[in-house]
Order: sequence, then C-alpha cells, then structure tokens
Amino acid sequence: MVERKIRVLVAKPGLDGHDRGAKVVARALRDAGMEVIYTGLRQTPEMIAEAALQEDVDVIGISILSGAHMALVPRILELMKANGQDDVLLFLGGIIPEDDISQLKEMGVSGVYGPGASTEDIVTQIRADVLERA
Amino acid sequence: MKLSQALLNQNRLALSRILTQVENNSESGRSALNELFPHTGKAHLIGITGAPGTGKSTLVNQLALYYRKEKDYRIAILAVDPSSPFTGGAVLGDRVRMRDLSGDPNIFIRSMASRGSLGGLAQSTVAMVQVFDAAKFDVILIETVGAGQAEVDIAKLAHTTLVVEAPGLGDDIQAIKAGIMEIADILVINKADRPGVENTERALKGMLELAHPTRRVFQHHGQRMVVEAPSKAEEQNPIWIPEVKRTIAKDGEGINELCETIERHLTFLREGGEWVTRERTQLQSTFDSLLRENLFTRFLDELSPDAYEKTLSKIMKREESPWGAVEKILNGRKV
Repeated sequence: MVERKIRVLVAKPGLDGHDRGAKVVARALRDAGMEVIYTGLRQTPEMIAEAALQEDVDVIGISILSGAHMALVPRILELMKANGQDDVLLFLGGIIPEDDISQLKEMGVSGVYGPGASTEDIVTQIRADVLERA
Repeated sequence: MKLSQALLNQNRLALSRILTQVENNSESGRSALNELFPHTGKAHLIGITGAPGTGKSTLVNQLALYYRKEKDYRIAILAVDPSSPFTGGAVLGDRVRMRDLSGDPNIFIRSMASRGSLGGLAQSTVAMVQVFDAAKFDVILIETVGAGQAEVDIAKLAHTTLVVEAPGLGDDIQAIKAGIMEIADILVINKADRPGVENTERALKGMLELAHPTRRVFQHHGQRMVVEAPSKAEEQNPIWIPEVKRTIAKDGEGINELCETIERHLTFLREGGEWVTRERTQLQSTFDSLLRENLFTRFLDELSPDAYEKTLSKIMKREESPWGAVEKILNGRKV
C-alpha cells in the first residue's frame, strides 16, 4: 500500500497580488514530501472551498496581505462546514495583526504565520496536526 | 449510507473521498471500485498530453467550457503532474489555468501527483477514471505531461488522444522520433499566433504523410508532378488519419474546430468498431497488470524471507544467475 500523502491546498483569496509568500510555502511543503495543489491569485472563498472539496485535501493554507482576513476567513470556514469538510485544517499566512490572531484561532484556524515565520515550523505543525486528526 | 452509494447519488464529497481511497490503493478503495465497476463504460475518455509549457491546461479549460456550453455535458478533469523523485512531494498547478471552470457543479477537477512508479501511475489513473465514469460524467479529460512511457501508457487508456505541440519547440527530426507523436489521434498546434507555426505544421503533416500516403500534386523544378496514393487494403476497413489542428487556447481560437474533430473521432470509434477494440485493450492491460502484481506479491509471501535472502546472496556471489534462480524457484526447487 502506498503511504498516505498529506494533501494541501494553497490559495490566495482577496485582491492583493503578493503571491511570493504563498509560493515559498508551497515549495517548502513540496520539499517536505507533501502534495500541494496551488490555485493562484484572487480566489473567492467559494472557489477555495470548492477546490478543497474536489481535491479532498487534509489542509488548506491561505495567504492574505490585504487586511480582509476577518471577512474572508469566517466565510471560508462556513463554506467548508457546509461541504462537510469541517475536519480539514485551515492555516493562515500573511500580514495578520496580533489582536486578530486569538479571534481567528477561536473560529477554528489551526495556525497563523506572519513575516519571518520559518517554513520548518509550518511543516512540523502541519504534520503534527494532520496526524492528530487522522 | 455507503460512500459508493452516495457517489452514485451525485454526492461530490463522496466522489472526492473515493478518489483518494482509490489513489492510495487502499482496501476501501478497491471495494469501492468493485461496487462501481458495473456502472462504468459510458464516458468518452479524452487524453491530452504534450511537453511542459505547450498550453495543455489552458486547452483543457477551453474544451471543458465548450462542452458545457454547446453540449451541456458533465465534465471531469484529471490533471496529472510529476512528483519529485527525491522527496515524493509535488506542486500541482493545473488549476491555476482552469479558474473559469469554478462555480459550475457539473465540472469536477482533480489534481494527481505521479507518485513514482511507472506502471503504478497508469494503474491508479485507470482506477480514478473508472470512479469518474461511474459518477456519470459524460466526458473525462485526462491531462498528462508528455515526457515518457508513463504518459504513453495513460494515453492508451483514452478513447481519443490529443498531443499538444507549440511552435518553436523542435525541428522536423523531433517530429519523426518514435514515441509520443505516434499515439496522437489529433495533433494540436497550440499558441498558433507564435512565429514558426507554419514550420511546425509542415513538420507534423510531413510525418503524417509518411505514415498515411495520399495522392499528392506538387511542383518540382517547374514540373507538375503527381504521386498516386498506394491502393490500400484498408479501404474496406476505414482507418483514422490523425488530423492537425491549430489553436490559440488563451483566446479560445480554434476550439470549435478542434471539438468538431474530436466528435468526428468519437463517431469513427463508435461506428467502426474501434471503441470495442480500445475498451478491450484497456481492460486487458488493467487485468494483466493487476494479475501480475498480485501473483508476484502472493508468491513472495509464500517464499520465506530467509530463502529469498539466501538466493539473493548467491546471485551476489555469482554462484547463481538471476535467470537460473528464477527458473529453479518456479520449478519448486531450492537454489
């Protein structure tokens, strides 16, 4: 039997066009042996939830630098739930103010990573959390 | 409710979960395939292959849009990208070019990493396609990077195979090399607005001309010359001569003509009996490879690990050849 692969959707919702961070993370996850489905810029929450459903991912990683995270994240979580994918982990990266992080975690976000976060930490955290859910 | 039943009732999450189980070749995946198999055999499988950067994903996007608009077909897309041979990881980026397709519940896109082994990829692709087929998709588009044997194997499972080329990628010697070009039912020259498209088209048509000679009239040193087509025994048995089509997928140009050609090919398959032949070839190769793999596993299970190691070390010491050892083991003798 093939060993179980961790599948991650990496997406950039909202209108800012800064996708370097998302690409660096995608590359790091690939090098850690995960299968990364990269969807690109300007994704709506609906597009992200739909892609996560079709790809049957374990993790969704989104990157937001526009400041719209308090609007986008709840919507994505809501759609994931509606699709029956509330067991999928949601990770967030980008520019997220300290004050919002605890609120986001309460909503169900598994991890928030800002500038300077190490990709190693992200990989370790995703592995641990996926293992715990399985 | 069981997952496979939910899939037959058009539940998208069930479809997605079963695809994962099948891809992982798990026990539950195999039993789902067992249950779903009677519901398969209806979809038209279209393989799309070609070198990286020729615009396969963009073309797939356009084909799906066409089928949705003109035919109201339900479309499944299986996009295969390579896994890293070192880490086993992959970045699957085909969805980036297919954003026009999101929001339509009658389109289902699944990305798949090649995950190492050659035969294994073809096998899991066959299995994934069976799942889509059972989920009542009318057309299944299978996109692979055309780089080697694995892609040729995958192309063989499709009813219609498109090989995508782009101008400027190679000269006419590339076109007569054996392999990927020979599997094409339709040759697509994408990015046809690029310079060099005439050369590419001439090279491809020249290659086809060699394989399927027709009556030709041409000028040579001012003389009009005629070469008659050789009379063919195949005339009673119509054959499909691959067609060359130009497209500019990013602007949607040439897509209608390409789709009409695909439809013509489908009619040819259905009316000429090719459909049944291809089904047979495909199912036989699935059956054979499963048989081979399972027999091998079972045989190894019955052989004690100790005996296996001993034989291997004898071979290492050149006391026994691999050929001789296999013969002895199969004849039930000790090496």
